[in-house]
Amino acid sequence: MRVIRAEKISQVISDLCLEANLVLRRDVLSALNKAYAQETNRQAKDILAAIVKNARLAKKEKLAICQDTGLPCVFLEIGQEAMVVGDLKKAINKGVEAGYKKGSLRNSIVRDPLARGKSGYQPALIHTDIVPGNKLKITVMPKGFGCENKTQLKMFKPTAKIEEIKKFIVDAVKTAGPDACPPYVVGVGIGGSADYAVFLAKKALLKKFKVQSSKFKVLENDLLKQVNQLNIGPMGLGGKTTALAVNIETYPTHIAGLPVAVNISCHALRSATAVI
Amino acid sequence: MQNLKAGEKVLFSGTIYTARDQAHKRLAEAIKKHQKLPIDLKGAIIYYCGPTKTPKGKIIGSCGPTTSSRMDEFTPALLKAGVRGMIGKGRRAKEVIAAIKKYKAVYFLTYAGCGALLARSVKKAKIAAYKDLDPEAILKLEVNNFPLIVGIDAKGRNIYD
Repeated sequence: MRVIRAEKISQVISDLCLEANLVLRRDVLSALNKAYAQETNRQAKDILAAIVKNARLAKKEKLAICQDTGLPCVFLEIGQEAMVVGDLKKAINKGVEAGYKKGSLRNSIVRDPLARGKSGYQPALIHTDIVPGNKLKITVMPKGFGCENKTQLKMFKPTAKIEEIKKFIVDAVKTAGPDACPPYVVGVGIGGSADYAVFLAKKALLKKFKVQSSKFKVLENDLLKQVNQLNIGPMGLGGKTTALAVNIETYPTHIAGLPVAVNISCHALRSATAVI
Repeated sequence: MQNLKAGEKVLFSGTIYTARDQAHKRLAEAIKKHQKLPIDLKGAIIYYCGPTKTPKGKIIGSCGPTTSSRMDEFTPALLKAGVRGMIGKGRRAKEVIAAIKKYKAVYFLTYAGCGALLARSVKKAKIAAYKDLDPEAILKLEVNNFPLIVGIDAKGRNIYD
């Protein structure tokens, strides 16, 4: 067994919170630059230029890319030969709190979803997976809630046609319309159960855009093409760039069902990863 | 402001107040109960924004717009009470568009998801009300050349139509 101390995890998570919130993911930035080059709508081009400039300024001036520094989602891939010494959950939340405070990020988390009340920096939403090996892979994704509010889930029949599923996904983007900071990144989760499909949709947002090996590349590209024909465009004011990418994650499911979830991200898709 | 047309780009300099979900809820309740309001809404411009904490040495943190439609249920009451400008992102309900027309107000859009860029246009920021709401407190901002796009003009014309 390899021993990993909880304090080390706190430190790494604190750093990841800062990196994710202040430095835009390289694949997202390059997709934005590419969209800028391809866009012919003047207004859309101006907005894309502002978005790219914003990312540059955020990095330079150590300001959050977006004031909605999100619900901190922490994804852990725990090697089965790694042993965490100390309280893992506490260590994660301590790291989140430290990072958010250090970066002057926003305390957007209310302890009681009904009573609301005073907001704080955590708890984070923690997803764990057990993997081979003795390492611990940590990804922090601050998920903005304007786009989170546009999440959709549909339980299809197992005999559903692919066209019906595609329509559901494209319609989810259409429903989000101009409200949730387009150009979007569209996370799609297919399979598992209702809850797991939504998780997969979120996890899909973590995939780097240029993973050519994705076996869903054809479907992803087709969906991206359809979404970009909606003419929603940056800020919803028209243009070719309604989404920067469509990412799909799947999982085996039951013979009686076919869950499909869409979890949209705004253009400020943020995440950072480290391996201990 | 009444002569502005949907789609027009404007650089605004002057005073704006931030207010988002919980501040709207409180303001609308206070209006309903005929209570004294913590800020003067007559002619006010409300910015749907909850900035990050202010980093040391800065005037304000990242401060972009939040989704306007969440304020829709409270907006007609605020317009009736004197609000004449709103800044946010995204669509508005038809009741809001009708109220904008009725009170000759304007709904502006600003660069969504560009909070670091917009922070540069803020020259002063101080808490004006509801300090306990923390990220949702009402701030009084003095802005210079704050970039806006007219979303819905005083005649009810809508950029998204």
